Amino acid sequence: MNEPSDSEIPSGEFSRRKFLLTGAAGAAMTGLSRLNAQEQPTPGPHPMKPILTRVSFTVNEKMAELEVDTRTTLLDALREHLHLTGTKKGCDQGQCGACTVLSGGRRINSCLTLAVMHQGDKITTIEGLGTPDRLHPMQRAFVKCDGFQCGYCTPGQICSAVAMLDEIKAGIPSHVTQDLTSAPAFNAAEMRERMSGNLCRCGAYCNIAEAITEVAGRSA
Amino acid sequence: MKPFTYERATSPAGAAAAALRHPGARFVAGGTNLLDLMKLEIETPPHLIDVNGLKLDAIESTDDGGLRIGALVRNTDLAADERVRRDYGVLSRALVAGASGQLRNMATTAGNLLQRTRCPYFYDTNQACNKRSPGSGCAAIGGFSRVHAVLGVSDTCIATHPSDMAVGLRVLDAVVETIRPDGTVRTIPLAEFYRLPGKEPQLETVLDPGELITAVLLPKPVGGVHLYQKVRDRASYAFALISVAAIVQKDGTGRVALGGVAPKPWRVEEADAEMPNGARAVAAKLLAQATTTPENAFKLKLVERTLASVLAEAKGA
Amino acid sequence: MKFDTPAKTNPIDQLKVVGKPVDRIDGPLKTTGQAPYAYERHDVAAKQAYGWILGAAIAKGRIAAMDLTAARAAPGVVAIVTAENAGKLAKGEYNTALLLGGPEIQHYHQAIALVVAETFEQARAAAGLIQVKYAAAKGTYDLAAVKDSAPIAKSGGPGGAPESKVGSFVSAFDEAPVQLDATYTTSDESHSMMEPHASIALWEGEKLTLWTSNQMIAWGVADLAKTLGIPPENVRLISPYIGGGFGGKLFLRADALMASLGAKAAGRPVKVMLQRSLIPNNTTHRAATIQRIRIGAGKDGKITAISHECWSGDLPGGNPETGAIQTRALYAGDHRMTANRLAELDLPEANAMRAPGEAPGLAALEIAMDEMAEKLGLDPVAFRILNDTPVVPDNPPPPPAKDEKPDQPKEPPNPHPPFSQRQLVKCLTDGAQHFGWKKRNPKPGQVRDGRWLVGLGVAVAFRNNLLMKSAARVRLDAKGIVTVETDMTDIGTGSYTIIAQTAAEMMGVPLEKVVVRLGDSSFPVSCGSGGQWGANNSTSGVYAACTKLRGLLAEKAGFNVEEAVFTGGEVRAGNSNILLATLAGPEGLVAEDLIEYGDLDKKYQQSTFGAHFVEVGVDAYTGETRVRRMLAVCAAGRILNPKTARSQVIGAMTMAVGAALMEELVVDKRLGFFVNHDLAGYEVPVHADIPHQEVIFLDETDPISSPMKAKGVGELGICGAAAAVANAIYNATGVRVRDYPVKLDKLLDGLPELPMEP
Repeated sequence: MNEPSDSEIPSGEFSRRKFLLTGAAGAAMTGLSRLNAQEQPTPGPHPMKPILTRVSFTVNEKMAELEVDTRTTLLDALREHLHLTGTKKGCDQGQCGACTVLSGGRRINSCLTLAVMHQGDKITTIEGLGTPDRLHPMQRAFVKCDGFQCGYCTPGQICSAVAMLDEIKAGIPSHVTQDLTSAPAFNAAEMRERMSGNLCRCGAYCNIAEAITEVAGRSA
Repeated sequence: MKPFTYERATSPAGAAAAALRHPGARFVAGGTNLLDLMKLEIETPPHLIDVNGLKLDAIESTDDGGLRIGALVRNTDLAADERVRRDYGVLSRALVAGASGQLRNMATTAGNLLQRTRCPYFYDTNQACNKRSPGSGCAAIGGFSRVHAVLGVSDTCIATHPSDMAVGLRVLDAVVETIRPDGTVRTIPLAEFYRLPGKEPQLETVLDPGELITAVLLPKPVGGVHLYQKVRDRASYAFALISVAAIVQKDGTGRVALGGVAPKPWRVEEADAEMPNGARAVAAKLLAQATTTPENAFKLKLVERTLASVLAEAKGA
Repeated sequence: MKFDTPAKTNPIDQLKVVGKPVDRIDGPLKTTGQAPYAYERHDVAAKQAYGWILGAAIAKGRIAAMDLTAARAAPGVVAIVTAENAGKLAKGEYNTALLLGGPEIQHYHQAIALVVAETFEQARAAAGLIQVKYAAAKGTYDLAAVKDSAPIAKSGGPGGAPESKVGSFVSAFDEAPVQLDATYTTSDESHSMMEPHASIALWEGEKLTLWTSNQMIAWGVADLAKTLGIPPENVRLISPYIGGGFGGKLFLRADALMASLGAKAAGRPVKVMLQRSLIPNNTTHRAATIQRIRIGAGKDGKITAISHECWSGDLPGGNPETGAIQTRALYAGDHRMTANRLAELDLPEANAMRAPGEAPGLAALEIAMDEMAEKLGLDPVAFRILNDTPVVPDNPPPPPAKDEKPDQPKEPPNPHPPFSQRQLVKCLTDGAQHFGWKKRNPKPGQVRDGRWLVGLGVAVAFRNNLLMKSAARVRLDAKGIVTVETDMTDIGTGSYTIIAQTAAEMMGVPLEKVVVRLGDSSFPVSCGSGGQWGANNSTSGVYAACTKLRGLLAEKAGFNVEEAVFTGGEVRAGNSNILLATLAGPEGLVAEDLIEYGDLDKKYQQSTFGAHFVEVGVDAYTGETRVRRMLAVCAAGRILNPKTARSQVIGAMTMAVGAALMEELVVDKRLGFFVNHDLAGYEVPVHADIPHQEVIFLDETDPISSPMKAKGVGELGICGAAAAVANAIYNATGVRVRDYPVKLDKLLDGLPELPMEP
């Protein structure tokens, strides 16, 4: 049963797909717009040559001007280019919420958006909410209620929580909102449902809920 | 992720035309599914056309008493719109049942319709998948298929369409409005928007290359109790095992569509007609053509019981 | 410091700082994003290049051909490491499979190449250009199919025998008037810690520095040195912040090795983070189990015969999931048998995950106890209390250690050692009282709350207390600051805080005067973080070092150390007092020591106990289960910090909810891999799954355990909790599910009939 079979698996099925030269070559030849004007088409550029582009947005009220690969996500622009490593990469697939930042005050997964798509946007990261010496009320409540353990999902939880309270205030319904036609209220069920896009594998949920409730109560 | 050029489109016609100039180009709006697929090189567009600047983000009343939802309206905003909550509650309910707060802030109406399956074999580029790599086979058939489709499947593909929103739209008889690269505008009923896999599971919609969704149109409200029940293993932030969208009138008549069971939102006219006759009768019509695997056969019973739940709730409401 | 007699009154007993629910001292850094994790150290080395790992596309076989041409030519590529060009590599002591595969492939997503490039995007894209042809071999992937031919495992976990027998189980079971013979299964599970495995490697000549995310610094140093074939003194690991581990970061893993090889090949520092979709198959996981449990009892409810057999699988050379072990010590009964069997499977490497052994073992045993109580017509709490035992009923001699000759004469082990502390009955009775257990309807399927079928469940928690030697260095400076250095790690456990509390208590200084530096192999070797041994042992090591420092200070002050009192930042004796800062002088004072243990853990069984109470609602229509209330009552020695200890317990309870309801790495038995290898497919609990959780710590100090009189608690919370959920589901629905996770499809057929007609 454990005898190796010498039959090679057909490459079409198991080997990585062949790179499609045509598509990418076409891309490099387009020389599209001002955005990549510095990428002058040269004779036979390598199809994998990065396409660089400039983008500027504000991060925590400071202007950031970057030249990035078009492939660079907002998350990697923050972490690898601006060295704002408070925003975490947990999955890079929109499945964990560790990369949550605020764009124009709304919470988003920074791993599923390109840096170049944020021209002129106002980004707020965990570093923009507070510092160890001047904690944001949500950060202070997380410390007090032990709303974290390993700390890796924590910046995302805190950014998400801050924006989530604003969403309730703005009257945005959730999956557990009983009556769609009236404004949602802050309660445990609403909070837990709305925070469910932020995984915490250490299992600090109960304490995170306590921290958020404390802040919600204070700001109500 | 392969390198790609990037442009910001400024008009719908311009965006569609740009797509024609760049074979294989993709439109990007929320990016929540496309970027994931690009990282895995399941999608390898040489050119991205950012349509976020197209100002297709309004929800407007139409002359016939319906709504015109711009393609770029974010899922959060659509779910929160007062008219949607009042008159199209099933849509609002379906939207907030999906994804997470962060993703709903990013995802758009058009992008949600065009998201691709979450079949794990589609996502794993080492595995055979006819949808990703036509002709390579289907690893899900005979493999892990608990979450897979029981309706509309073929011997090439048993993947589901993962959208909740589309199920809500389907029960509302929504119509998709598009613009083609030549500038012509057309409307496509959502009922005709998705293709079944057949022999070509890689073709998922009837859109032409470069065709851009500009809006989704809702006919005038039909009243009734609007319900969307999603069943899943964990309480939130998970795709549906199955879901039921229903509009139930006082006299027990109504409409129903299913999610999580097929490559598209599943609606059967004859099932609607059975609404006054209870869950078993409705389920029998909806599931008449079901093809199950040992792992996903439970979905049939689950559909029936969830329909019973929805009908009971409608009665109580 | 050798700890070989029970602790007497010592400075920790003052409990001025220790035992207080102080906030984590690393809290402000972690909540503001200022605590730097491994991949984030832009500050430590210039010109860091990015590495991307390519995982094998088959489960077993060999690489027939690998073409790197296109990848090498891709823009920005600096180096590509494969088994072919990596040089000779050994296998780490703690690894079962090689971390760099090729040409032989041992499991799916085993690393086969690292592409190093100038940017992350370039490395990822170039990896996609590597062309690999595989010759697949047939593998064995189905535990159930090979179970019957699985032999007894070679080892039974830390110091434990793989099998044991007391009395004559078979005949006693046959004669028992009430019998249960049932088989249970638990799933393969993924640690799924939020921070993926990550490392930055820097070579300076022959010296390698690795900023990494690792629970056991000394093991990591030793295994990285062994794998690379370099002296351990040339390897330094730095791991001050760790984004979760749960056992998944106990060992050297591919990120660390590949970053080291990549940095060597590139001639510059290289950073590598495992992509999320590789983690379930590339790294370790908790192995699935099949468990057969037989219990025989008299009509009076007393157990006369009990056996627990556990089957699991691992790669050749691997270890079993020892699910049967706790059954030796938990309940009374004269005739007993346990066995842990291990099948060879070609799935990815199985290894420790939070409470290995007990977590899946109690998940099964505690359903069996629930079933048995029902057969006997006894309340499940009363049945457990009835079968409490003051001594270990079954204590087999451990198998010979590696460096020990099997025929070496040994002192025969105590067949029935007493427990150093055993407050299991109080855990059960206090918990029952607090939870309102008496309101439980013993007849299942009777309680309804709207659409919800409501049920209560109970289960016992049990986890051994493991002793490991642990060292620390304590430094006092002229400002009166006490700095503790140890290679201990804080994986979210609260090590920073409890170590600071320990040093503050010992030296008589406020917490603010203590600085704790962890996770650096240049510091004294600690016990590390694992097996819930971290808190008790690491603080005991700090206790030892502080005791030494107190001696130095007393001597310098001219005081008799026995009379010296350390308080308020000074040392006092009689009418004299001197500031610590003054004594330290400009040079400061340093003391280093370690805690080591005698044989108190042989004379006494040291264990932690608890009781879990759970209320669930099961949707009568859909079978969806939602946990409504959870309570854990724990008896685990002195609780060093009730705030961080409680967090450990609720976190473990949360993971148990995952194991009970949703966590399941799905094996594709044809292709040999875990299919749902990301955080969308492998579901772990989200906020909405977890209700308010309550934890009660019984007042307990255990002087047998250590000078801290503490024991571990970080894993106790997961032990038994999954069974409490499953038992509550049974009470709610009347459907007994013996196969975890208890997903709705397993309940549907047993749910109440619904009105299907109008």
